[in-house]
Amino acid sequence: MEQQIVKVKNKKGVRVIPGFGLSMGVTLTMLSCLVLIPLISIFVSASHLNFQEFIEVITSRQVVSGYIVSLSCAFFAAVINAIFGMLLAWVLVRYEFPGKRIMDGMIELPFALPTAVAGISLTFLYSDQGWIGSLFAQAGIKIAYTRVGITIAMVFVGIPFVVRAVQPVLEKLDRQYEEAAMMLGAGRVYTFFRVVLPELFPSLLAGFGLAFARGIGEYGSVVFIAGNIPYKTQIAPLLIMSKLEQFKYSDATAIALVLLLLSFILMFFINSLQIYMQRFHKV
Amino acid sequence: MKKKLTIFLLVTTITAISFLTGCGNGTKSESEHGTDIELLNVSYDPTREFYVEYNQLFSKYWKEKSREDITVTQSHGGSGSQARSVIEGNEADVVTLALAHDITAIEENGMIDSGWIEEFEGNSSPYTSVIVFLVRKGNEKNIRDWEDLVKDGVEVITPNPKTSGGACWNFLAAWAYEQQRNGNDEEATKEFIKKLYKNVLVLDSGARGATNTFVENRQGDVLIAWENEAYLSLQEHSDEYEIVTPSVSILAQPSVAVVDRNAKKHKTQEVAKAYLEYLYSDDAQRLAGKNYYRPSKEAILKEFSNQFDLNINLVTIDDFGGWDEAYKKYFEDGAIFDEIYEE
Repeated sequence: MEQQIVKVKNKKGVRVIPGFGLSMGVTLTMLSCLVLIPLISIFVSASHLNFQEFIEVITSRQVVSGYIVSLSCAFFAAVINAIFGMLLAWVLVRYEFPGKRIMDGMIELPFALPTAVAGISLTFLYSDQGWIGSLFAQAGIKIAYTRVGITIAMVFVGIPFVVRAVQPVLEKLDRQYEEAAMMLGAGRVYTFFRVVLPELFPSLLAGFGLAFARGIGEYGSVVFIAGNIPYKTQIAPLLIMSKLEQFKYSDATAIALVLLLLSFILMFFINSLQIYMQRFHKV
Repeated sequence: MKKKLTIFLLVTTITAISFLTGCGNGTKSESEHGTDIELLNVSYDPTREFYVEYNQLFSKYWKEKSREDITVTQSHGGSGSQARSVIEGNEADVVTLALAHDITAIEENGMIDSGWIEEFEGNSSPYTSVIVFLVRKGNEKNIRDWEDLVKDGVEVITPNPKTSGGACWNFLAAWAYEQQRNGNDEEATKEFIKKLYKNVLVLDSGARGATNTFVENRQGDVLIAWENEAYLSLQEHSDEYEIVTPSVSILAQPSVAVVDRNAKKHKTQEVAKAYLEYLYSDDAQRLAGKNYYRPSKEAILKEFSNQFDLNINLVTIDDFGGWDEAYKKYFEDGAIFDEIYEE
């Protein structure tokens, strides 16, 4: 331990925040109180069920369909976010236009807005009587109270992740690469896919992963727009709530545990991929 | 510089901790010295307006009776989640919830003494309501009774009984109607209910949410709702809706109880009991009627005969063998409500 600290000190010189012991202590305490202990309590609470009961809860048809709805909608939402988020970041970084600062600030609104407010206003707009929904309704497309509606709510809450992940990388990206590519005869498409995208890809992936994970767990905004019909538009977090309403805490945590594991696997996979890509790219 | 930062960090941490632990105790110290009593009433969504007025009425009465000032704080939300919040440590002195089942859940945690339902008159339900239909003005689909709700093309809005106490009453009312019509043929009733829920467009998680879906987002042709909730919507948009009272309905009995463990801790047992008892006084009963709840006292209920349809054929939860039995049979996981959604 000692040696390591000395090493770090020598390497980096003076640090702004004092004391490895103190800062690490604060970090660990906060992390335990706010993240680790609550997460462990999920495991403890779910362990009130024996293995068979646990399997029964998480494989019941309604719960499985809840996972499928949550995962599929969150996946599509994350894909949409990745595409439009990147475009948004591109616009914000590469162009100057009036109102740019305001637009930049607005990206964070989905974080700041209570999700219920978002859900209620999205439902209001996208129901077949709403401003936007009525246009689609004429074409026979229903948005609110279908999986499309769920996806839209998830796109809303997830978009800042992608934009904020891609933006700084794009800012640092030297335009000379593109110019060079163009000069060497690459077309726009070729330049984008072979020069720009590989640079952005790790951050895009990180944003995608965060948006995906957020979508899986999203409850507040989705319940309003979902319709909540079993087997059709019932999301997994709603099933957790309904178990809680029935005072079945262990069942609720069992479902939560599976969601947690799914999100963890997902993030793990995406991070590994990201690290792999970065190394691969450097070589 | 380094030192300053360390001190700053320490100070903020300490103040944060002392603040977090400190505010938990702050509110209770007042009630202990007796002159200014605080009471927390944990209730469900649509009683908000009623209890605002009732609390004024009661504090006036209590001041005259015992010369003590009393402040009643109200908390509202979905009945089930309100019950859960009490179990998880919300220090309610009294609970006034949508159905007895939710109070029983608190009782099972040992916070309310058993036998609470006998403590006050009429199964501890000082005011009741019935389940009615709210339809759009003109009633285009000509909805008169439960059987009209299963017709093709009728869109119904009702919340999910698994997350909403109020929705359980809706389900049982429909069940009672069809049982009476077909002479207790349970399989046929299941089919009827299945068809009914096939017509449900949105299954909101709570009663207020369902009302919003129907009123604000203009979804569906008919909202199955508590009478008092329907009247509130009517009061706000009188020219847009009509209330239709079905031939058979259920007497929705919201229950009240003293949370004995908390009241003992706060030394508010006496006033908590008086608070609920006074709900049965003539003044309070009239106030309930004014807020579109049906007073449980016959004489006062008659005063409101213009407002309420008193000839309605009502079943009660006792016809279903009480809440425990009804909940097990219809709403538990894998019970009838889940069955009707299986393909």
